[in-house]
Amino acid sequence: MIADKGSFHELYSNMKANNPLNFPGYNDKIETVRVASSETEAVVCGTAAIGKQKCCLFVMESYFMMGSMGSAVGEKITSLFEYAVQYRLPVIGFTVSGGARMQEGLLSLMQMAKTSAAVKRHSDAGLLYIAVLTDPTTGGVTASFAMEADIILAEPGATVGFAGARVIEQTTKKALPEGFQKSEFVLEHGFIDSIVPRSNQKKYLSELLKMHHSGRAMI
Amino acid sequence: MSETAYERVKLARDSKRPTGLDYIKNIFKGFIEFHGDRRYADDPAIVGGIAKLNNDPVTVIAIEKGHTAKERNYRNFGMPQPEGYRKSLRLMKQAEKFGRPIICFVDTSGAYCGIGAEERGQGQAIAENLLEMSTLCVPIISILIGEGGSGGALALAVADRVWMLQNAVYSVISPEGCASILWKDAAKAETAAASLKLTAEDAKSLGVIERILSENDIGKKEFYDRIRILLTEELKELSSDVDLTQNRYDRFRNLGVSAVVKE
Repeated sequence: MIADKGSFHELYSNMKANNPLNFPGYNDKIETVRVASSETEAVVCGTAAIGKQKCCLFVMESYFMMGSMGSAVGEKITSLFEYAVQYRLPVIGFTVSGGARMQEGLLSLMQMAKTSAAVKRHSDAGLLYIAVLTDPTTGGVTASFAMEADIILAEPGATVGFAGARVIEQTTKKALPEGFQKSEFVLEHGFIDSIVPRSNQKKYLSELLKMHHSGRAMI
Repeated sequence: MSETAYERVKLARDSKRPTGLDYIKNIFKGFIEFHGDRRYADDPAIVGGIAKLNNDPVTVIAIEKGHTAKERNYRNFGMPQPEGYRKSLRLMKQAEKFGRPIICFVDTSGAYCGIGAEERGQGQAIAENLLEMSTLCVPIISILIGEGGSGGALALAVADRVWMLQNAVYSVISPEGCASILWKDAAKAETAAASLKLTAEDAKSLGVIERILSENDIGKKEFYDRIRILLTEELKELSSDVDLTQNRYDRFRNLGVSAVVKE
């Protein structure tokens, strides 16, 4: 794991989505996923130490409805950035997402604006935000907080993009270039800072935190 | 208001509806168009510049679909490239510098899904608009005049007031896309449209928009006059709001809160 042993304290674990639009099948779907994954939502948030430096941490979960962002995900991430402003902490976020959760309709779309506004406040407070994009990071998450970090890292071979490859193929009727939307391709086009394999991430992140002096030493 | 949600979707897509440029020409005076994102290109799907609302300069930005086949092709059917979003942000920053309010007209099935759009960071371009619009210190009013297609529409709608035409729609995904993903059947678009709660009335009851604009006299002089008066009144109110950016933050901050349970 990325966090120092025993340092992670979860926040907002009690926040769950209800079914605000009464969308057909959503209640059953979410209940099945909750039982199968033993998670309550598609993101886990909290505080942790990395290399003895305190930070806020969020980790999205691909096995929870493909990491889709609904109201609860948006609320948890927004609350975490607000917490980080209050306690002057850096934020490190691991993203994985198929995009906005369509079963929550417009409310899920609005989470893109809501989380972005919270990221902006954190940034304006002079605090560090590092995003680590894991496979896949797409749709509304790419078009909001995944691409808004000071430093954006990605895992090797991770799909990072806005539109789905199949949709692009159908729209343009063109063959996609080799390696399209893979992290190496996105790096080459200038949209991420570096590719860091999971085994190096702890060392890499703790070095970045040290260089920004924003991580508080854990006693 | 007896149309079904999917009938509204079809009305919103009708090529005979007034487009962004129609609103600009009929509501404002002396529109001067500015081009280009200063980074790569000019995107014809987004039109922007300065104009006078009554006698006051404002920045206007519109997604333009075009009417004729030739126009629609040139405007890429109102599906912006990243350059369009970057141009819009450039013009919004310029508005902030000169203290001009910003008025956006939104009408898109979505940001363009293409190879080049991905290569030039469609997701990053939209994200940057969302980030920067949240703290612009001039009033922003966005009006959804036709289709409000997901992030590509939201990128021009992080506003202090968001209004919708009576038959405009605003959705996280197209009903056809939703139906094909969830039920593997694009023909279930009608069910999807109803379930997505994408009509102006739905958006208002969810707190996503403040006002619904009647279409009884759509395209007529009275229609545009009415919008001009509403914009003038609303901008007067917003211009005296000393907590403008805090209120904008709270406006979006509160969306979805009631959809979250704490247990």
